[in-house]
Amino acid sequence: MVDLSVKIGDITLQNPIQPASGAFSWEYNDVIDLNRLGALVAKTICREPRLGNPTPRMAETEAGIIQSIGLPGKGIEYFVDHIVPEYARFKPPLVVSVNSDNIEDFAALAEELSVPDVDVIEANISCPTRNQTGGNFAMHEDYTRDCITAIRAKTKKPLWVKLSPNAGDIVSIARAAEAAGADALAIANTFLSLKIRTDNFRPALGNKFGGLVSPALKPIVLRMVYQVAKQVKIPIIGIGGVTKAEDVVEYMLAGASAVGIGYAGFRNPTALVQIIDDLEAWCDERGIKKVTELIGAVKDADMETDTLAAASIGV
Amino acid sequence: MALEASGKYTNSALRIGDVDPYAERKAGEFIGTVVSNASVNDEYKHVVLKVHPHALRAYAGQMFHLLCPSPDGAEVWMRRPMSVYRVDKANGQIEFLYKTEGRGTLGMAKLGVGDDFNIAGPLGHGFTLEPSWKNIVVLGRGVGLATLAPLSQLAAEQKVGVTAILSARHAGVVMSRDLFAGLGARVLTVLDTDNTSAVENVEKIVEGLIAEGKADAFFTCGSNRLLKLMQRLGKKHNIPGQVAMEQIMVCGIGACYVCMRTFEVDGEKVLRRVCRDGPVFNIQEAVGW
Repeated sequence: MVDLSVKIGDITLQNPIQPASGAFSWEYNDVIDLNRLGALVAKTICREPRLGNPTPRMAETEAGIIQSIGLPGKGIEYFVDHIVPEYARFKPPLVVSVNSDNIEDFAALAEELSVPDVDVIEANISCPTRNQTGGNFAMHEDYTRDCITAIRAKTKKPLWVKLSPNAGDIVSIARAAEAAGADALAIANTFLSLKIRTDNFRPALGNKFGGLVSPALKPIVLRMVYQVAKQVKIPIIGIGGVTKAEDVVEYMLAGASAVGIGYAGFRNPTALVQIIDDLEAWCDERGIKKVTELIGAVKDADMETDTLAAASIGV
Repeated sequence: MALEASGKYTNSALRIGDVDPYAERKAGEFIGTVVSNASVNDEYKHVVLKVHPHALRAYAGQMFHLLCPSPDGAEVWMRRPMSVYRVDKANGQIEFLYKTEGRGTLGMAKLGVGDDFNIAGPLGHGFTLEPSWKNIVVLGRGVGLATLAPLSQLAAEQKVGVTAILSARHAGVVMSRDLFAGLGARVLTVLDTDNTSAVENVEKIVEGLIAEGKADAFFTCGSNRLLKLMQRLGKKHNIPGQVAMEQIMVCGIGACYVCMRTFEVDGEKVLRRVCRDGPVFNIQEAVGW
């Protein structure tokens, strides 16, 4: 039997499978046994109660869905008093995702969320439908550095940083997050997208823009994970388009220590546990004793990349 | 939190005959087998599935999230929520009545006898009957009648009298008449073709039922006009009611916050998830569309 456990800094996960923030809540316990997951990841919380974006919040496209939710929530007090206890009933570590549109408040929120039942703070600095000086700090390395530096000063909890696939140079931003004290990187978030209806000429989403969620993201995010893994020492959680055990393996080979899953859990509520079972079987079939053997194990040392034809960082 | 090994479940979609390793869960993912999938008329189809017994836990007003096959070679990315038309526990079957409209239902229409069909559920809060209600009025239109249909069974089981007012564009698309009539409901059909479906006429009918003492509660689905009428008459006569709502959904479980609708509670606008806070809501709190 393979040992599926992985370490993300000081945190041990019983397996590398966790939900992606925003795609999960404790209510999934109606359908699956949450104690099977590597970690639990709560929906991003902001300080004040937020209604979120106007409907429709989702539209199907040729290659996945675009959605724009707008970080709805009942605010931090309600979250700490009522939602954290809902998660605390379960064994896997709790990752609390947090967002703010200003850096000081972001750090203060991280401090207020550093309560005993919270195991990890995930700084969601990449919500695609917010602007880069107002919550989507991961678009820029200076904003990322300033934001993570401020948060790091306020919390001793493990700090994961969720990066944006919409940034031009994710490697530099990853390095800035690492330098500012991130314990791990979650790569990535949804891709900023647009759909226009041809029947009425209007944008399909109430918020106009939304984030693309799709298996189609996997090769793009996999490339990002690969590039970043070559340039940072901290662990990476690969998030984008995982729908089967082989996708987990692929992310790990590229350098990820764990994966986050969103879309697949929407499509099949039992997908996350199925992928855990399948990953175990996949490793057992190949005589892999520890899943960590896969991390960064891509065989490419003898290959060269034409840097004129690819991003030159981290090839 | 301490990391401990947890009980091991295989949690994939259950086929008929599979042991459910996580039997205490409220909902599951099931692969049913299509028993029949026939047209009821020009617009509606009726699919019957043989399913794992745990899918039969559904009660009136609850829904399943259906993984529809593609109608056109392109992917259908998300499930489609659909209320249960009928649960047939004796035969281990569950039924859905649907209108072929979008890509999901057009894909469903292609399901053949013996095909697999993946459904997740049962999800959400369904209809409830208060013990003090002796007679209820069910008033629906179009495909909304499919959602209201299981109420007939629920009411029959609880010995509650039902008057069902079925509204439709023309006689050819009146849904669920036989189901209601077969379970002892008094069925009235109102149509656009002879203008009996006009709000003024329906209002007269309902006022008549109230006068007869046949309206302890209202149930509706599928028509904004009828919702507003029942809200008005409910306020006027202090009659409670429930409405089944719909909205585009992604997860169906309450996690994604895609399926929000606005409700009005004590004069304040609140957003609720149709999938988990509903799909059945207090009629007076619903906001029309």
